[in-house]
Amino acid sequence: MRRVRAAAVGAVTLSLVLSAAACGGGSNGGGSNEQPKTLTYWASNQGASIEVDKKVLQPELDKFEKETGIKVKLEVVPWGDLLNRILTATTSGQGPDVLNIGNTWSASLQSTGALLPWDAKNFEAIGGKDRFIDSALGSTGVQAQDPAAVPLYSMTYALYYNKKMFKDAGITKPPTTWDELIATGKKLTKGDKAAIGVEGSNLSNNIHQVFVLGKQHGADFFSPDGKADFTSDGAVAAVKQYVDLMAAHKIVAPGNAEYAQNQSLSDFAKNKTAMVLWQTASATFKAQGMNEDEWGVAPAPVPSGKPGTGKQTNSMVAGINMAVFKNTKNMDGALKFVKFMTSDEEQVVLNKAYGSIPPVKTAQQDPTFSGPALTVLRETLSTSATALPQVPEESQFETVVGTAVKELFADAAAGRPVTTESVRAKLEKAQQQMPKK
Amino acid sequence: MTETVITPPSERTARKAAPGEAPAPRRSGRRRIALPYLLLLPALLLELLVHLVPMLMGITMSFRELTQFYIRNWSEAPWSGLDNFSVAIDFDAPVGQALLKSFLTTCLFTVLSVGLCWLLGTSAAIFLQENFRGRGFLRTLFLVPYALPVYAAVITWAFMFQRDNGIINHVLHDQLGIGDSPAFWLIGDNSFWALLIVSVWKGWPFAFLTVMAGLQNIPRDMYEAAALDGAGVWKQIRHITLPSLRSVNQVLVLVLFLWTFNDFNTPFVLFGKAAPEAADLISLHIYQSSFQTWNFGTGSAMSVLLLLFLLLVTGVYLLLTTRGRKTSDA
Repeated sequence: MRRVRAAAVGAVTLSLVLSAAACGGGSNGGGSNEQPKTLTYWASNQGASIEVDKKVLQPELDKFEKETGIKVKLEVVPWGDLLNRILTATTSGQGPDVLNIGNTWSASLQSTGALLPWDAKNFEAIGGKDRFIDSALGSTGVQAQDPAAVPLYSMTYALYYNKKMFKDAGITKPPTTWDELIATGKKLTKGDKAAIGVEGSNLSNNIHQVFVLGKQHGADFFSPDGKADFTSDGAVAAVKQYVDLMAAHKIVAPGNAEYAQNQSLSDFAKNKTAMVLWQTASATFKAQGMNEDEWGVAPAPVPSGKPGTGKQTNSMVAGINMAVFKNTKNMDGALKFVKFMTSDEEQVVLNKAYGSIPPVKTAQQDPTFSGPALTVLRETLSTSATALPQVPEESQFETVVGTAVKELFADAAAGRPVTTESVRAKLEKAQQQMPKK
Repeated sequence: MTETVITPPSERTARKAAPGEAPAPRRSGRRRIALPYLLLLPALLLELLVHLVPMLMGITMSFRELTQFYIRNWSEAPWSGLDNFSVAIDFDAPVGQALLKSFLTTCLFTVLSVGLCWLLGTSAAIFLQENFRGRGFLRTLFLVPYALPVYAAVITWAFMFQRDNGIINHVLHDQLGIGDSPAFWLIGDNSFWALLIVSVWKGWPFAFLTVMAGLQNIPRDMYEAAALDGAGVWKQIRHITLPSLRSVNQVLVLVLFLWTFNDFNTPFVLFGKAAPEAADLISLHIYQSSFQTWNFGTGSAMSVLLLLFLLLVTGVYLLLTTRGRKTSDA
């Protein structure tokens, strides 16, 4: 009997110790080199599917293993889950060693303190900061702090147009200003055919679009000291201008208000929508059965004249960064892996596979990236793209303002008026949902 | 939360020490009493850990200023007193207003969903009580929504509700000619009804199953006697079936209420991370407040408020229904 009791007490104690250990993990700080032979890598879903990504990445990871003897365990994480997965990994401390992050989240994730800061020494280990183009480095964390991530793939927005639909409507060249876009758009909108597609229920896409329009109206959505400033006249005008494509000008089909899964690209491929503002859409068009000569690319519209900086901004700096979890057990291996992925050779292979632009200067010179479509994107990136505000609250901004735009599109689709006041009220509500500092 | 019902030790020992049996020595008797508890202890403690630890953590978080700056080591987040709660219930400010609106939406939604689930489930169970050809097939068919994985089922509904390509508008607008233009179901005001339809579709088979089980316990001769006395079908249902189902219904309605009020999967799969205002159910709302705007402290405070509300409602409900039953039993 005594033995039974001892066993029971033992079991209880053991279970308590185990659960306490499970709860307490995580928050310890620096990395080490305890496990030099393996790395875990979370890649964001870049290709048409997770399977496609595995096919693109695995041969490269095998190459890395051959060179260094380090085995990389790959997990491709879908976009919708990525931020939550990173947050969970941050809270528990049980994350990958190396991971991809959306570059607009850099400052938000930097503020959690979970990512390795890229100081001079770490940059040295991957060949130096000068290898990367400036605009891509602009989305790696809060200015004046060591970056939280390293650019991996770069993208920008451009205006994709459906050549057949343009020809049918007798239009010879793509619009370069917003006025032209609306005038052209009215010619293109007939019956079930619409001039331009939007993804009204996709919060991030909404943010990218209204951020660029905000720049054109001289608004930033954040004040210089980092406070949310969603209700400035410029911000209100930007959001209204975007929703008005549907509400006032009626050159967007109402159904687009519920789009969030790239349905506007399918409409484009089916000759139902003549234009889309998109980042690196070529792979998707190909997957939808469209030939490369069926669509054209032009710089996204600006208020007047040519795209440039400031009010002539016509894209945000889009792209993917690579980050290292501070508490990795293979710090040297992680740095080697980042170096490998940002090497000239790999940059060409990977960006070619994904239709994006290398943020590494020397890799960008490769002839692969000089076709007409990529030239537009490359020039936009180097001359007229602006990084989203690098503030810790960036990801919250995407959620609350993105939702406000979604609700305004829902109003427009239902035929309710979208006025300066209604836009301001929605943005006011969004601003009040931001965390108080 | 589950409760383990344990027979009081005094009763058990009383039963064990049957007349004629030699009374066990005092020491080993005490051991015998202690042993079952000791054996239960590990499970009980783990159960407590699994249930209580996260709950206590959640409650602690609701008193902290838990934002992205502290999630890496949340125990270091500064205490904020009742700030999170006051933000959550400040009904003049947007956060509180949105929470109140979401709460009211959820109340209306729950009442309608539970009511319809119960009505459909009970009607179907009564209808299928009679033996006829095809009864087995129908019984199986009715349980399909309950057997399907939630994600697969709800995503299919999301496709069906699409405005331009969904089958629902195809039937309503294209074939039956209802409305000038196809309606939106996944955004705007109709989203409430879309959510309700999916929720009832998903929930009623459980009511059906439960009521069907309850019906098995009603003796057939009661119906025969009533029929001999000239009671029609409606009278039989009113005076025999429903009163006999009382205790089954009591549990059924409570469980459906709790499930529906807390339902997260259905709106999340149907609408994604940002539900339309008209269908902003409270659990998704709290998720958005915590995970999308990274206000984990406020989100926890909202969860604690929700927990208190559900405990209160459940308590009052149990008090009312059990008291009612005692008087009717007496």
